[in-house]
Amino acid sequence: MKNSLIFLLTIFLVHCLEAQIPTGSLLIHNGTVITITEGTLENTDVLIIEGKISKIGKNLKAPKGVQEIDATGLHVMPGIIDAHSHLGLLAINESTSPVTAEVWTGDALNPLDISIYRALAGGVTTTHAMHGSANAIGGQCETIKMRWGLTDPDQLRVEGAPRTIKFALGENPMRSYGVSRNISPRSRMGMEAVFRDAFAKARQYEKAWAKYREAKKSNPSAVAPEYNLRMETLVDVLNNKVLIHCHSYRADEIVMLMNVCRDFGIKRIIFQHVNEGFKVAPELAKFGAMASVFADWWSYKFEVYYSTAYNAAILTRNGVVTSINSDSEELIRHLYHEAAKTQKYGGLTDDEALSLITINPAKQLGIEDRVGSLEKGKEGDVAIFKGHPLSIYAIPQMTIVDGIVRFDINKDPGDMRLYINPDEKVMPVLYSHSDVDNCMEDTFEFLFGE
Amino acid sequence: MKRIYIFLAAVLFTTAIYSQMVQKSRTGTFALTNAKIYTVTQGEKMGTLLIRDGKIAGIGESVSIPQGTEVIDCKGLTIYPGMIDGGDKLGLQEIQSVELTQDFSELGEVNPHIQALTGVNPNSVLIPVTRVNGVTTVLTVPEGGLFTGTAALINLHGYTPDQMYAGFKAVVLSFPAVGRTGRRDNRTEEEMEEEKKKRLKNLDGVWEKAIVYARIDSLWRAGKGEEPDYYPEMAALAPVVRREAKLLVEVNTAGDIQTAIKWVQERKIDAVFTGVQEGWRVADELAKAQIPVITGPVLESPRRTSDRYDRPYANAGLMFKAGVKVAIRTNDAENVRNLPYHAGFAAAYGMGREEAFKAVTIVPAEIFGVANRMGSLEVGKEANLFVADGDPFETKTQIRYLFIQGWLIPLESRHTLLYDEFLNRTPGVK
Repeated sequence: MKNSLIFLLTIFLVHCLEAQIPTGSLLIHNGTVITITEGTLENTDVLIIEGKISKIGKNLKAPKGVQEIDATGLHVMPGIIDAHSHLGLLAINESTSPVTAEVWTGDALNPLDISIYRALAGGVTTTHAMHGSANAIGGQCETIKMRWGLTDPDQLRVEGAPRTIKFALGENPMRSYGVSRNISPRSRMGMEAVFRDAFAKARQYEKAWAKYREAKKSNPSAVAPEYNLRMETLVDVLNNKVLIHCHSYRADEIVMLMNVCRDFGIKRIIFQHVNEGFKVAPELAKFGAMASVFADWWSYKFEVYYSTAYNAAILTRNGVVTSINSDSEELIRHLYHEAAKTQKYGGLTDDEALSLITINPAKQLGIEDRVGSLEKGKEGDVAIFKGHPLSIYAIPQMTIVDGIVRFDINKDPGDMRLYINPDEKVMPVLYSHSDVDNCMEDTFEFLFGE
Repeated sequence: MKRIYIFLAAVLFTTAIYSQMVQKSRTGTFALTNAKIYTVTQGEKMGTLLIRDGKIAGIGESVSIPQGTEVIDCKGLTIYPGMIDGGDKLGLQEIQSVELTQDFSELGEVNPHIQALTGVNPNSVLIPVTRVNGVTTVLTVPEGGLFTGTAALINLHGYTPDQMYAGFKAVVLSFPAVGRTGRRDNRTEEEMEEEKKKRLKNLDGVWEKAIVYARIDSLWRAGKGEEPDYYPEMAALAPVVRREAKLLVEVNTAGDIQTAIKWVQERKIDAVFTGVQEGWRVADELAKAQIPVITGPVLESPRRTSDRYDRPYANAGLMFKAGVKVAIRTNDAENVRNLPYHAGFAAAYGMGREEAFKAVTIVPAEIFGVANRMGSLEVGKEANLFVADGDPFETKTQIRYLFIQGWLIPLESRHTLLYDEFLNRTPGVK
């Protein structure tokens, strides 16, 4: 009896610890504070109490015991957000069917991935850990924070962030199924059919359950339809409970998916990569769809041959909420530089350019009331730079998540691994990870050679 | 008859529209006046830069402007020498994932005679995209196998490879490498060591043949023996054996760099090391060996999970500070235009702006033996230059004019054309 009590108590305590996300209190003193939404304030302090921004102003006093950071001569901006990333994941693609809405990257989080620390060292605090692009309807994704140092996968999650799901159009799903396995989709015609088919079946499934629930009222022995997690998820998508993040490139396929969504009453969709988004920017704006793009990647495959580095500027000028993403463990380390490219290609203002890596991706992940700008009440996620973050000479100095310093350039001895695998080979990797198309990792072709 | 007139009129009309639409490069005598002139080798000057017959004909306050010169007022702007990318695949690859648009790799292991210049597509859409960012010249490099081919220096303007050729070629050796090719490479360290030994032995075998061939060839040239048999691979290596030509050695990890230093020194090869991603680990040894280095990409992930996050940014500066002659490359194709940003990151992480700019101008020109013609703004040099409204490394800086070999190049590319067409699309939506 006593043993089982201790056992229960232990479980209870472990559960309590698990749920706890550590937060901190800090006073960032006398910086140039780029709030994004409320202008840039010189010689200003930011006070974070227990993980939340409690005050932004001049000459703030730190409560007793609260650490002060001298930001004199430094730029203080909200932590950078990447709406398209695969870091911190043990698996990326469940490439077993063109539709796998039932799987979830949140089941494969890896808090020991060194890329998390390297992203922090580039000022990043939040990423969207996405399923890959092998499937037309891929898995659900997880919004995570770069809480480097914590080892419980659950502690990476942004609790309460809206659910998201990965869709994919064009070459990747066509290659994964039609070309290599003779399973539809093989063409952009087939792509549309896969979506309409999946949505129509989900509606049928929903109706079958509604019918059953109705019947149950008068007939206690009514038989329930078979439970199907894939269909359950798609029903939630149809009912706008899940944000769609769709890997896409060509203008025509983007329009196709908006038409399908319109027909099924789906309202919230964010197009990812969307290299030809600029061609249908007015249509995107009218639908209320958003766009998350590369700053200048192009020509790595045929469907991005007709693209332009002016994409983000054209989308922005046409009223589309746009972000700059990385989809790469390398690129994520300098998203501030990627954002600056929109000043070269299209002349965006400083605030517009920085919005692309802060408040706009926050909107795309549905967390804009919590992060993405420096405002009272928002979470204490901050990046501190020497030099203006849009300058090529900018160097991230410190990155703060929930009021806790997770990267400090002056406290980085070199090897920052949390866990050293005794089996890990010391041999360097000849080709860097950025050579790999992350989106297609774990797929058939990736494993068996392209 | 009437029909013919209508036809001719139609042809003339369409030609007229067409010539209005298509911007072409043009040459002549140009005076860039009231400019700040960043010469690289002779400090900063103010005044006029005169371009005549494709060359820089005058620099300074007192340059006299000949009659008929086209004057371009550069008030508030700065003139810089065109940037030189020390290594990439420009012209040899159009679309990364479409195999039949890849011309940078030939079958076989020993291909020193295979010419990159032959594979260059002068009409590649990637070329204007690159040059409008101020990159005027690149070394385009073949890949694959042991001796991957002969790289060629090209100017990013011209309609045939010969028009583009900028006067430097070198055989490329991809030095036998130890290391993993990716996360899924599960070979044991012993297996990798074995493979390295085998590949080094193979390399030595090829080199011994090259020495023998060079000896026979040299004797024959001196009139003392028979002409060597047809052996194009060895004929391509003979000038390297005789130290008449440089050898580009692609090598990246610290251990491989050490092996390669020894290998080229023992054979008295005039080598340039390329890649050199872990050069910072063995910078002193590289400096001592006096082997110049073309390193990059700078915007790259660290090689080992234990490496400090900023090593690839800092690598060029750390080697430079140790005394190594360092040029910077992108090793890219579609985004060679980012060369100033690779150099900019190197500048920020320890190399300094001045040295980093040299690493994409005069230093590669020296390494390629073309510093008498390019790499800085000096009277007599070819007019490869650009005019910018700010620091060329700063991301937002705009380029206003671009000259390659004295040709004024339109600042137009697929990317700018799509911008012009789609910023305010017509028709839009109701």
